[in-house]
Amino acid sequence: MSRIGVLFMIVLRSLRQHALSSVITIMSAALASGLVMSVFTVADQSKAAFTGGDIGYDAVLGAKGSELQLVLNTVFHLETSPGNIPWSLYQAVKVDKRVRYAIPYALGDNLYGYRIVGTTDEIHTVFEYQSGQKYELAGGQWFAQDRMEAVFGSVVAEELGLRVGDTFQPYHGLQFAPGSAPHEEQYLITGVMRPTNTPADRAIWIPIEGIFRMGGHKLAGGTQEVTADMAETPDEWKEVSAVMLKFKSPAAGLFMKDEVRRGSVATLAWPIADVMAKFFAKMGWVTKVLTLIAYLVVVVAGFSLLASIYNTMNERRKEIAVLRALGAKRRTIFSVIVAEASTIALLGSLLGYVVYFAVLLVAASVIRAQTGVVLDVTAVHPALYLTPPAMVLVGALSGLLPAFKAYSTDVAGTLARV
Amino acid sequence: MALLELRDIKKGYRSPEGDFQPVLDVPSLDLDARAQVALAGTSGSGKTTLLNVIAGLLRPDSGQVRFDGVVINALSEAARDAWRAQNLGYVFQSFHLLGGYTALENVVLGMTFGPGPDRAFARELLEKLELGHRLNHRPSQLSIGQQQRVALARALANRPRVVLADEPTGNLDPRHALEALGLLRGLCSDVGAALLVVSHDTRVLDEFEARFDLSQLNRAATGYVAPGQTPQGATR
Repeated sequence: MSRIGVLFMIVLRSLRQHALSSVITIMSAALASGLVMSVFTVADQSKAAFTGGDIGYDAVLGAKGSELQLVLNTVFHLETSPGNIPWSLYQAVKVDKRVRYAIPYALGDNLYGYRIVGTTDEIHTVFEYQSGQKYELAGGQWFAQDRMEAVFGSVVAEELGLRVGDTFQPYHGLQFAPGSAPHEEQYLITGVMRPTNTPADRAIWIPIEGIFRMGGHKLAGGTQEVTADMAETPDEWKEVSAVMLKFKSPAAGLFMKDEVRRGSVATLAWPIADVMAKFFAKMGWVTKVLTLIAYLVVVVAGFSLLASIYNTMNERRKEIAVLRALGAKRRTIFSVIVAEASTIALLGSLLGYVVYFAVLLVAASVIRAQTGVVLDVTAVHPALYLTPPAMVLVGALSGLLPAFKAYSTDVAGTLARV
Repeated sequence: MALLELRDIKKGYRSPEGDFQPVLDVPSLDLDARAQVALAGTSGSGKTTLLNVIAGLLRPDSGQVRFDGVVINALSEAARDAWRAQNLGYVFQSFHLLGGYTALENVVLGMTFGPGPDRAFARELLEKLELGHRLNHRPSQLSIGQQQRVALARALANRPRVVLADEPTGNLDPRHALEALGLLRGLCSDVGAALLVVSHDTRVLDEFEARFDLSQLNRAATGYVAPGQTPQGATR
């Protein structure tokens, strides 16, 4: 055993001798470092998940209003719809040469809070939610445009416990109002989608005609209602909540945005990532507050470390005096105490990874349940490797005051008293 | 030249009222290498203060503590610590074993700051003191006699050149006291250390050929009577 080994033994022994306070202090250090690491990671990863990544669309065309609302409402299936735009606008952008594909969304109904999105076959024939990746079914088949059929996102099917062959009645509105009566229409579930780890998992997809024909839905600006005996809905009656656009070239968005802005009925949310980035910039203070709280927890952990070691100093005075009598230098005693505080912080920050993963998994599952957006829990934020050394530094600093007390132990006096 | 030479050692304390209270006034005390000397001292004779001054734990107000020609009290505190770790063994009346450590670890601590840890030698010492079967016991799991022997092993662990013992048998019954004293003296001869024992126990003092009376040696001691006496057995 080397001399350093013996000093390390002294550190471990005194941790063991004050096991309860050591464990409590290690836990508080673990909470602090775990919190710091998870605040940084969750903030970073949720921003990355909402703003980055390929979502398959370049822009959303919708009613005049907030771009953010439009994006949240269509891409993330959150928020309310800012209103409708006429079918003619959809037809115009669909044939626009700059547009690769334009997919209409008609919103307005839900099933127990899960959005029902009326759309065309292009949602599975053309749309790619990631490069080369189309929506696929885990079972069953896609809805037919002329039937009351629906395809469920994987989360919806799982959460509601519904399967292919089951039927349901949609409820009016984007939010579920308990106690309200459903529409009379009976929809048949023909397919369930494979999980995509996108908000699409939380949506129910039906033919767009189904939304037009849903009992009580007024079209043409709220003036007309399609009746069951009508073979077709007149185009001039039709309305869509949004048109999801993919351009052939990035420049197209710039020009089209300008054109749409000059008109008075619509808004083009483009580029979608920018819209979300602006949103997160506005929400930046939340992250700042959380970070501040995490730092405060670190400070509290530092103080509790200081207090717990300082409080043991009286009972350890004899031990320190004996070690001094055996030839230990003041600075050796000082180092042992600082090393002990640092060890507590080190063990705490290692345990902090457990706290970190626990917080991250809870946060990821909450975000996924609320939005369908999936955080990358394996992403390595610099906080993951900077926090433990910083925590050890905090520990060492907290050890200074008790170490100084140990340093000033009156050896002869202490040995005479005990 | 003696191994340890004390010259004109004076040490006192300022009382809370501000008065100066002299504790030590020792004109001269020598200890030869490998010598075994007893100091008769009652409480109030300044015995513990004297041992702490020799050990470098306290600095005298004036005078010199010379070890092998080096003035110990002129060294920095860190240098005195290093000197003590290397050359000195200390046996305390109440043993001062560390409760969180095993017998073997306590002995290892006795050498860590000097020559460095040597578990084999620590084990050898404990085996010599018939504690081979108690190496991993904590002090609280040992009898008083066994604790005392661990304390002896710890004091000898750094192969010191001088061992100070402050009432080493004060906590033992008479039979164990003499046995422990015999072990201490034997160990000191084995490693070639000089031994200075302070005790008020006449049975302990009677074991030594060389002995001083601290109340005569220390002019600041309470009960001090005759100045300038050369105590019996003192080497000059």
